[in-house]
Amino acid sequence: MANTGWDEFEIGAMLRTFEGEAGDIAATLQEDRKYTENSSFSASVADWRIEKPIFAKDYCIDCQFCWIYCPDISIISRDKKMIGIDMDHCKGCGICVEVCPTNPKSLLMFPELADEETEIAQWPAKEKKEK
Amino acid sequence: MAFDKMELRDIEVWDGNFAAAQALRQCQVDVVSAYPITPSTPIVEGYAKFKSDNYVEGEFVMVESEHAAMSGCIGAAAAGGRVATATSSQGLALMAETLYQASGMRLPIVLNIVNRALAAPLNVNGDHSDMYMVRDSGWIQFDAFSPQEAYDLNFVAFKVSEDHEVRTPAIVNQDGFMTSHTAQGVHTIDDDTAFNFVGEYKPMNDMLDFEHPVTHGVQTEEDWHFEHKARQHNDMMTIVPGKIDAAFEEFAKLTGRKYNQVEQYDMDDADIAVVCMGTSVETAREVAKEMREKGIKAGVIGLRVFRPFPFASIANALKDVKAVAALDRSAPGGTPGALFNEIAGSLFNSDTKMLLSGYIYGLGGRDLTKKHLVDLYTELQANADAGKVLTQQQQFIGVRGPKLAYL
Repeated sequence: MANTGWDEFEIGAMLRTFEGEAGDIAATLQEDRKYTENSSFSASVADWRIEKPIFAKDYCIDCQFCWIYCPDISIISRDKKMIGIDMDHCKGCGICVEVCPTNPKSLLMFPELADEETEIAQWPAKEKKEK
Repeated sequence: MAFDKMELRDIEVWDGNFAAAQALRQCQVDVVSAYPITPSTPIVEGYAKFKSDNYVEGEFVMVESEHAAMSGCIGAAAAGGRVATATSSQGLALMAETLYQASGMRLPIVLNIVNRALAAPLNVNGDHSDMYMVRDSGWIQFDAFSPQEAYDLNFVAFKVSEDHEVRTPAIVNQDGFMTSHTAQGVHTIDDDTAFNFVGEYKPMNDMLDFEHPVTHGVQTEEDWHFEHKARQHNDMMTIVPGKIDAAFEEFAKLTGRKYNQVEQYDMDDADIAVVCMGTSVETAREVAKEMREKGIKAGVIGLRVFRPFPFASIANALKDVKAVAALDRSAPGGTPGALFNEIAGSLFNSDTKMLLSGYIYGLGGRDLTKKHLVDLYTELQANADAGKVLTQQQQFIGVRGPKLAYL
């Protein structure tokens, strides 16, 4: 698309979501849908993120709170198991971290350039609750 | 759900507003989303009445502002319906932001603008300030000089605007009160013939096509915005003029009424000419005939299509004329009038010797009298005889106080 000329677009700055017909879309998983390269599923819309969530699987209880609360549908979950974060769509708002109920939290915010493995290796310990 | 057809006499006595409302009914517009404003209100009121009396199958959406009115039209057009509305003046100003959305999204919508002055000072009467305000909004603009033309041009506007190669919204202008509220004999078209001229609406990239989901109103930054605007301009320059001519041709075959992008009256051998729009064209035509009785070869050009501006046709019509006056009915705010500029631009790089002078007239509904035009033609003849413009290039007509002339 990088060299597409003005005469090669469909008119109206209109974008198609799928190649061909949508079909039984509700029963098709995202990864199996024929999204066009212009759809916001294929294209990254996360380039202004400056902080990112990192997911530490060991502490997750699969409560799905993050999946429910994420405003950008960026929590990837399959069969009610939390798998990870869709970094092409996550804007780094931190809501998933806020709603995570585990101790320590299974999701924490880090600078965009932080290394995932390093941060998981030095994940905070369980906090003692004060009575 | 069936709707009733309406029996019309061959000639009905309609004002411009009712004529436009009848055209919306005969085109079977699916959605009118509208907010009332003088002097355009009777157009959408007329559609609403036809709808409640079962003469049209459609939706009338009442909204809280003109901005919302056009937004509703955009939504309905993107969904895949035949859509129209009407407004004037301040309403159009509030609508302006959404006009650019409609044209950029390439949605065929017909907007009747009943031309009215812009405040301040507040004024409900006719001038072309609103028409000029949105001239760069990417809409096709037709101009009706009479109720008959307000009726006819609505059909042409739908036909051109909805063409899949065009897909650009269109404005039909008519003068506030002078056309909109003055009843004249209007030759009608029967319901079936009128509808067949515009045809069944053919959707394109419509949001109600669930098998092919589309996103309308996308965001493009410095990476793609320019390409889309370039395409819009290219289509206005290269596709739309031909489509307008073809629609005028087909309409003439149907009705015997032939329209042209540049209407010429007494221009064949004219030495001097006036270029104007709206109801002023009729006054100028009458005065030109009277000047001819005095041996002055006067002509009139009425601009039928304001956007895309018919550069080549107007240059061709004026190239052999000795002296021309561009009449602009809008306060120019520190520059020559729009018609003066466009006409000058159309002939600047040619070898014409035409002398051009600009006149600002009729603001806020001030009459353009025959006396004004007699004086104006006399001035043009003097310019033609002298071989140069003897006055300043911009003058005001019909304003009280010391004479205003600039440039």
